[in-house]
Amino acid sequence: MTGELPGPAPEERPHPSGRRNKQGIRIDPEAESEPEVRREVLSALVDHEPGVLAEVSGLFARRQFNIESLTVGPTAAEGLARMTIVVEETDPGVEQVKRQLRKLVPVHAVRELDAATERELALIKVGDDDPAGVAAVAEMYGGEAVEAGPEVVTVELTGTEAEIDAAVEAFERFGVREVARTGTAALAGGTEFTAYDDTTTDD
Amino acid sequence: MSESETERTTEKGDDTLPTGAASVVAALEDAGVEAAFGVQGGAIMPIYDALYQSDIEHITMAHEQGAAHAADAYGAVTGDPGVCLATSGPGATNLVTGIADADMDSEPMLALTGQVATDMVGNDAFQEADTTGITRPVTKASYFASDPDTVGDTVGEAFALARDGRQGPTLVDLPKDVSNTEDVARPGPAEGPETHVVPDEADPDEVSRAAHALANAERPVILAGGGVIKGDATEELRQFAVDHGVPVVTTMPGVGAFDETHDLAMEMAGMHGTGYANMAITHCDVMLAVGTRFDDRLTGGVDTFAPEAEIAHVDIDASEISKNVHADYPLVGDASTVLRQLDDALPRAPDAEGWRDRCLHWKEEYPMDYDAPEDDPLKPQFVVEAFSEATDDDTIVTTGVGQHQMWAVQYWTFTEPRTWISSHGLGTMGYGLPAAIGAKVAAPEQEVVCFDGDGSFLMTVQGLSVAVRENLDLTVCVLNNEAVGMVRQWQDAFFEGRRMASEYPWGPDFATLAEAFGAKGFTLDDYDEVADTIQAARDYDGPSVIDCHIDPREDVYPMVASGGANGLFALQEEHL
Repeated sequence: MTGELPGPAPEERPHPSGRRNKQGIRIDPEAESEPEVRREVLSALVDHEPGVLAEVSGLFARRQFNIESLTVGPTAAEGLARMTIVVEETDPGVEQVKRQLRKLVPVHAVRELDAATERELALIKVGDDDPAGVAAVAEMYGGEAVEAGPEVVTVELTGTEAEIDAAVEAFERFGVREVARTGTAALAGGTEFTAYDDTTTDD
Repeated sequence: MSESETERTTEKGDDTLPTGAASVVAALEDAGVEAAFGVQGGAIMPIYDALYQSDIEHITMAHEQGAAHAADAYGAVTGDPGVCLATSGPGATNLVTGIADADMDSEPMLALTGQVATDMVGNDAFQEADTTGITRPVTKASYFASDPDTVGDTVGEAFALARDGRQGPTLVDLPKDVSNTEDVARPGPAEGPETHVVPDEADPDEVSRAAHALANAERPVILAGGGVIKGDATEELRQFAVDHGVPVVTTMPGVGAFDETHDLAMEMAGMHGTGYANMAITHCDVMLAVGTRFDDRLTGGVDTFAPEAEIAHVDIDASEISKNVHADYPLVGDASTVLRQLDDALPRAPDAEGWRDRCLHWKEEYPMDYDAPEDDPLKPQFVVEAFSEATDDDTIVTTGVGQHQMWAVQYWTFTEPRTWISSHGLGTMGYGLPAAIGAKVAAPEQEVVCFDGDGSFLMTVQGLSVAVRENLDLTVCVLNNEAVGMVRQWQDAFFEGRRMASEYPWGPDFATLAEAFGAKGFTLDDYDEVADTIQAARDYDGPSVIDCHIDPREDVYPMVASGGANGLFALQEEHL
């Protein structure tokens, strides 16, 4: 093939010694350095209208963000819904999630929650061979039976994600038939205002 | 999410409009729209009927993809959103490639699509497609206009959103019953959504830190991206670079942001950038990057990109900061404003004379040179250079995508912004001719030259019928190497020369094809005839096509292998 150009070959040129990691951060060329993944709870105030959930979930799919759960429901403010999104990302990844969310037209505010109050609701359908055992486990996790029929009992309970995980595991001994979980809903702790938008770069 | 029926209370005074479609057209007129590109069809007919009464110039295109590309180029040349129209279903889906192209290149564009009547939506009705769903990932926003009394306001909002901040395409889907509804409210002025924040000034503390880093730099470089041109910051950038003696490298969309004849011009970096540009970004210690998203074609492997540089990143879109490359100094704001801030905050110019000498030395060491032996077939570089020398500085160049695009950007000398109009991020073959149409409509006083490849040209060649009908004086130069040459080059370099589906010896005689459309056709395969043919094609008052038979053995160099290090650019295949 033609098209050759004059000039020193690649190996004849000076080369810098620096290096960046996958996130484009300059690092010690000798070190292995990849940022750690962290679990973060984000709260977003969005227009309460059709298509918004599709827009947000489409964004997450397109950008390959690791999302653990997404819940949405109306708020006390007319026309606004709150989305609670639990992500598992590196520091730069969490920043990207927030900034990309903020660009969406129906999104009013996005906030990373620290010291959040987190709750999840679960419905767990278990076999009822041992009703006393089921009732004891339900009580231990602050749940209650909401439906009891032939062969099965459905238990409702709320708690943190970890508590629900533990409860589901505890019910396994009775035979868990089906589980429905809502995913995490969360609010900022104390008097902090969840709807506040932390658009600054120094979260 | 449940649907909430928000009751809209619109004040309908005496000032009503006859139909929803009239409201759409009124919104376009109020926003200052002068031209639109589109294709008729069932669901969009009411809008066209309203356009019948309007002074907006409508250019009927031969294919909706061409309408989108023409609107994209119109936006790129003028800075204001180009408007394209298509009907529902296939009309809308044909727009998608052009919308995605505009999204990748942040081109301002408003797409208006017809839609089946609201009571038919969801029924898989004739010519129904989920246009907002399909286009949402490739627009700034896609609106479904369900309310006749706010449809004009929605169009105005979409127009403002496309224009303001980081520019990009928006879409409004217009159900036929909404367009046909009679006696609707007149739209208000075009305003973007209240949630759309457009930053202006960057954080002063960050500006100060970045300015000090620049002042203390020994090897500073400015990386000028497409955002410099989109943000009308060319003057500020040139002044900053020249006043403080900082060499300027550009991205491909940034071509034209800096005068390539200037001593400080290192030209384009990246996969097919100049050797000297890639040396400059590889060895710099402080980089001022303005309006670039650090695309992989620019950076090569991120691990080796500017590995010793602190990076100050100016961008109007906060989500671009530290997306691909970490920004040591994030400067979110408008390019021209932030450049003025930096200029004010700079304690002194960097002491970089030795660095400038090195940059000049690299320009001599890695010249963009080529052999053009008389007994060889025509070299494409020679043709591009001959064109460049024959034309004025404000000549607009459009291209398709492939080898011809790279030769055009490498060997044409660009000195002005908004003269290099190409498909960068999406890399859409077929962009060139419809873009030339859009550019010529936008700037009838400026010469327009489209460099195309034989493969690219075939993809949207039906646009010639539009250029002939509108008598658009533009020149298409097909650099014909009977192949999708970039693919063939990669096959030779990375697939042991297995040329699967890349060679096009069956291509048409493009000069004859041009004549069949009613354009002027030329064939060029001799060095002796280059100057005269170019002159004759340019002199022809209307669209002309030069079928330029170039050396099929010619490949594009320099080249940085995909994911490779910019500093290791290959000057020939053996280096890959």
